This record gives sequence, structure tokens and C-alpha cells, in this order.
Amino acid sequence: MNRNRWWLYVPLTVALVAVVAPFAWMVLGSFKGEGEIRANPPTWVPESASLDNYTQLFSRLQFGTYFLNSAVVAVLVTAGNLIFCSMVGYALAKLEFRGRRALFVVVMATLMIPGVVTFVPLYVLVVNAGLANSLPALVLPFLVSPFGVFLMRQFISGLPGELLDAGRVDGAGEVRIFARIVLPLCGPALATLGILTFLGSWNNFLWPLVVAQQESEYTLPVALALYSTGQNSIQYGLLLAGATIVVVPVLLVFLVFQRRFIEGIATTGIK
Amino acid sequence: MSSTTTGVVSRRRRGVERAAWLLILPFCLLFLVFTAWPVVQSLFMSFTDTRNRDLRTPFAVEFVGLDNYVQAFADPIFRTAAANTAYFVLVGVPLTLAVALAAAVVLDKGISRFRAFFRLGFYTPVITSIVAVAVVWRFLLQDEYGLVNTVLGWVGIDGPNWLGDPDWSMPALILMAAWRNFGTAMIIFLAGLQAVPASLHEAASIDGAGALQRFRHITLPLLRPTILFVSVTTAIGYLQFFEEPYVMTNGGPLNSTISASMYTYRQFGFGNYGYASAMSYLIFVVIAVVTALQFRLLRERS
Repeated sequence: MNRNRWWLYVPLTVALVAVVAPFAWMVLGSFKGEGEIRANPPTWVPESASLDNYTQLFSRLQFGTYFLNSAVVAVLVTAGNLIFCSMVGYALAKLEFRGRRALFVVVMATLMIPGVVTFVPLYVLVVNAGLANSLPALVLPFLVSPFGVFLMRQFISGLPGELLDAGRVDGAGEVRIFARIVLPLCGPALATLGILTFLGSWNNFLWPLVVAQQESEYTLPVALALYSTGQNSIQYGLLLAGATIVVVPVLLVFLVFQRRFIEGIATTGIK
Repeated sequence: MSSTTTGVVSRRRRGVERAAWLLILPFCLLFLVFTAWPVVQSLFMSFTDTRNRDLRTPFAVEFVGLDNYVQAFADPIFRTAAANTAYFVLVGVPLTLAVALAAAVVLDKGISRFRAFFRLGFYTPVITSIVAVAVVWRFLLQDEYGLVNTVLGWVGIDGPNWLGDPDWSMPALILMAAWRNFGTAMIIFLAGLQAVPASLHEAASIDGAGALQRFRHITLPLLRPTILFVSVTTAIGYLQFFEEPYVMTNGGPLNSTISASMYTYRQFGFGNYGYASAMSYLIFVVIAVVTALQFRLLRERS
């Protein structure tokens, strides 16, 4: 059935160029001087490539700090989700306890709660707890997610019960069974959840924008957005280099893990 | 059953109960403090005149009933923002899904080589930061030396001043959103298409059905639940769009791209916490209705 209609490669290639071109233009532009970025007609390959934009970002502006903030927050948030969500996922999938149904209903009901609903009271909470302008304020609200619980519960439900019963016969407690038998089997689900959570945190914008009000606590997207709308908004080279720093690291990680990742999207997407 | 076995069983059951609560405890604590409580307090605040000076005393505020909601519906900028958000969703979702479905069908049945390569390429924009992408597109969409208008010039089209013209600013944001987001929908469609049995297509083509007829009468009906699911998740995302106007247009020109989320954030910035909460709840209600609709429609089908 898979007839090879060669002409379909023409629109596909045009579409692929249209999808990838903005990234190519961004990366190439980040090595250009101010004059060349405004050239009409626009150029692709820089006439005189230089690292000036990058050196400025890291010396005059504090992009090193922002990068570190983004990375630390993303790592902590990812670790929290992997640990806590798989714990709940196991309890919901395999253990009988009072409140199990209620917990599952709550998780399902809150899957779709948008950040815009909670950010005002969260801000009040964080300020009153003395956490404003601190890294914990960026991390704590995202350490668990209903989506993560749902994903882990679905995966663990599919694990064969005999394996767990074998552990129970040997007299192992449930917590031990979880750590020694269940977790090691959760590799694919943990990988999917880990990558999704990391990306979500790295690209997160609204909450960091609300809560990080000193430069020392900016994450990369916040810094980039504020510079692009503030007094540096006319320094195009700097902005393109900044955008490159936000995009390229996750792009590289994505290219390494892409197969597992895309399969994860397909299976969690259709449930 | 002897009394000793019952004792063992109930002790065992108590152990399971305790282990379960131990496992869910961290989640429950974090969830209660950082999700459940804010959702409730947001509703409470939306009925009060809370402002930023009340920050330290969130409960010593005046109860104003539905005033904030009445004010929102009467606020011309909020009405513009709501209309803009509806525009973004109602045009953006069908466009994104159409592009995604076309790409998925071609990749699934049309070609046999380089499938993974194209899939990867089309998916790439999804993983990137909207802020970074918006910064780049602001340059691409520039009037004079922007790449988009240069390419349009090659085929003889005099492109508009995308982000400077109130009629073109929203179409520009929608185009960018479709470009960034169609990859997710495409991946889910591809998985759905693979579940369509090849034997159905074979039988239909033996009966003389052309490719278009097979798509309409076999693929589309079987893909219905997937299309429904993808349109709802995409709509929920688009209902909250914020970064694009924040970075690219600051809501302008003439408020033509200000979104409901962005106006909520702006009122928060002015210190009007009660008012911002009321508007955020209005967005929440729309999202809840869309979600409930999905569950109902999916249940009817299955």
C-alpha cells in the first residue's frame, strides 16, 4: 500500500525549510553585527562572523546567572516530579487505601488548571512566606503535577501484578516493593515524564515573570523577554544570541532523546 | 477462617494503608499548598476589593460580591481582550489542526523514506521557548527587511506591516502559533492513523474508492476521537496565550493583540488583585467548560 509518490517530497521539503528556517536565521544572525542584521535584503551567512554578542551577554549582562537559574530550577523540578509523582502513581495503581478514589478524581479534575488562575494568590502566599525573589519560589509550586501522577499511574497499572506478589511473599513492605521492584521497571515512563517536565520548566514564563523581580533570580525566558521589551530592545544581535542560548541547549538534548520522546508524546497524548 | 489468619490479613491491610499514605503524603502536601489552596483563594479574592496594599493582610478586605465580574464585563479593554482570545482560538485551532493532519497523512501513507526525518523536523518548534521564538519572529515579520516579506516579495506579493497594522497583527500571531504548535498534533494524529487497519483501506480501494474518498469515509471517522482530543488540548493552550503578544506587540497596535491572560497580568501589575482574580476565573470557567465538553463527547462515542 505504501506507494512512493515522489512528488510529495516537494511540498514536504518546502514545509521543512519553512519550519527550520527561523532557527537557522536566529543562529546565523547571532554571529552578525548590528548593521548586517538590519541589511536589506537580509543575508544568511554572516559576512564577518564574531562572538561579540555572546561575550556581551555573559560579561555586560548576566546571562551566565540566568542560565544557571534556569538549569537549577529545571533539574530540581524534574527530580521532584519523578520521585513524588511515581510514588503517588504506584499507590493509585496498585494499593488499596481509603481515599484512593477521591485522590484520583482530584488529580483528574485538576489536570487542566491553568497557571493564570493560581498566580495571584500564589504570589500573595510566596510574599507572605518571605520567599519572594528566591529560587525556592520558582521551584516549590512545580515540584508535583497532576499530569505526572496520571502518566505514572497509567504506566504502573500496566505492570504485571505477579511481580509485586513475589515481593510480598518474600515479606517486603510496600515502600520497599516500590523502590526495588516498581521503580526500576518504570524507565520509559520516567524518561517521558522527565523530558516533558524539564522542557516545561526550562520554557516556563508567566510564574517566573511574576515572582522573580531581581536580576539575580531571572530565568532565561524572563531575562530575554524583559530585555527584548526594555532598553536593549533595539540591540538585535544581543537578542538573537539570547534566543539562541535559550533554544539550542534543549534542542541538542531533544535530538539525542528524540525517538523515545516522540513515542512518549504519542502514547500519553491519546491515552 | 481462624482468628490468627484474620489478624495477619488485617495487619497486612493496615500496613498497605500506612504505606499508601506515606507514598502520597509529599504530593498531597505540595498539592494542597500550591494548587488547591490558591484555586480556592483566587475565587475568594475575586469577590473582594483586594489590592497590593492588602498583600500582608489578605483577609482584612472588603467583600464586594460580583462587582469585579460586573466590572470585567463592562471593561472595554477586557471585552477586546476576550474577543481577541476568541479570534486566536477559533482561527488558530482549526489552522493548526489542518496543517497537522495534512502533514500526518502525507507522512503516514504518502511517502516511505525519510519519514522519521520529516517528523523530527516538524516537531522541533514545539520544544522551543515561546519567548525565544517570539523574539525571532518579531524580526522575521518586520515590514521592510523582514524575512517573511522578502520571501513574499519573491513571488510578487507586497507583504503587510504585520505587527504594525491592527488588521494583520493577530493573523501574524496565529501564523506563528500554528508554526510552533502543529508538531504535537501531528505526532498524535500519526499514532491515531497507525491504528487505522490497513485492510479497510485495501478493501475500499478494491471497491474502487479513490484516495480522497478513503480519507473522508474511512480515515476521518476513525480519527474522530483523536481529532476531538487534540482540538480540546490545543484550544486549552490557546485560550491562555500570553507570551506572543507580551514579547511581539505588547498587546498593540491599538489593543489588537491583547489577550485575556495578558490583560489579567497587566491588572495584577497595577495591583488590582481582586479584579485580576475575577478575570482569571472567567478564563478558568471557559477552560473548564471546554474540558467538560470533551469528556461528554468522548463518552458518547465510546
